[in-house]
Amino acid sequence: MKKKAIKYFLIATLLTSSVLVFANLTESGTQENTTEYKVGEAPFDKMMEVLTHKRCVNCHPSGNVPRQGEDSHLHNFDVVRGEDGHGLAGYTCNTCHTDENNDYSGVPGAPHWALAPEIMAWEGKTRVEIAQQMMDPKRNGGRSAHDIMEHLTEHELVLWAWEPGVDAEGNPREKPPVPKDEYIQAVKEWIEAGAVIPEE
Amino acid sequence: MKISFTINGEAKSVEVSDGNSPLLWAIRDGLDLKGTKFGCGKAACGACTIHVDGNAVRSCSFPAKLAEGKEITTIEGLSKDGKTHPVQQAWIDEVVPQCGYCQPGFIMATAAMLDKIPNPTDEDIDKNIINVCRCGTYYRMRKAIHRAAKMNGNTDVQ
Repeated sequence: MKKKAIKYFLIATLLTSSVLVFANLTESGTQENTTEYKVGEAPFDKMMEVLTHKRCVNCHPSGNVPRQGEDSHLHNFDVVRGEDGHGLAGYTCNTCHTDENNDYSGVPGAPHWALAPEIMAWEGKTRVEIAQQMMDPKRNGGRSAHDIMEHLTEHELVLWAWEPGVDAEGNPREKPPVPKDEYIQAVKEWIEAGAVIPEE
Repeated sequence: MKISFTINGEAKSVEVSDGNSPLLWAIRDGLDLKGTKFGCGKAACGACTIHVDGNAVRSCSFPAKLAEGKEITTIEGLSKDGKTHPVQQAWIDEVVPQCGYCQPGFIMATAAMLDKIPNPTDEDIDKNIINVCRCGTYYRMRKAIHRAAKMNGNTDVQ
């Protein structure tokens, strides 16, 4: 009985604590210092709030069909991935999508509009699985951590998520839940601190 | 804003008050080429399909400003040198159109597809030609597309 009470006390303490402690690692992987973050505000948390959002996952689907819309339904018109992620030979992404949003038709657009390769599918994965996959050169197209940082913080298609335009009914698309500058800072902090993926 | 491009082999300029307005309006109203049709205005039905640099594009959702310097073909310019384009001839041979409104878009989409996939299977046709025909002429169109492919390849056509 006493053991059980102690166990509950420890769990309650963990749950009510609003602070998580993350280790900052040096290049050699040794712990340099610790930084305290409120729950959900650690760089990894902020970054993953964005990467698991529909604006990202819709184009990182688990199958060969893009997702679209706020409910992430399968893309209308039987759109499929095609050999290179740009659709089919006679019916590519650029048949409808250009380098910019079209507020007249509600068709979204950004440079390099395409699906992420199938090995980079995020749909249905946990944030830890996504992070592990994203940082694994065998599953991220041979990218280094620096390459990933550039992709996540500079690529126009990624940053489109904060300027998603309006849908076919003229309604603004939902933006990721973290402001763009905070997200970019979080990605940089996370990667520069060694891209530590928490165990969950 | 003035936009210059080549359309059906001729250099043209068109004045638009808003560069984001659909290229479809510049073509229909600015250049008086009425063959390209307005259908849904949302890049869904394909009635407005044209070629931009050889690729099928939904002109209702293509900002006019992006046409600057591009090579554009509309249904009026598909046939060249007085010779009916094989897709148009196949459409005639198979008596494809019913009301006809959506057919320019289908023909342009088909011509673009055959440039990339010269001998499409039924599956290729179903997946690449996703325009909408409310008369339901899909069956005849499929026959016409196969016929056009044969005509392009100079193989015997029944």
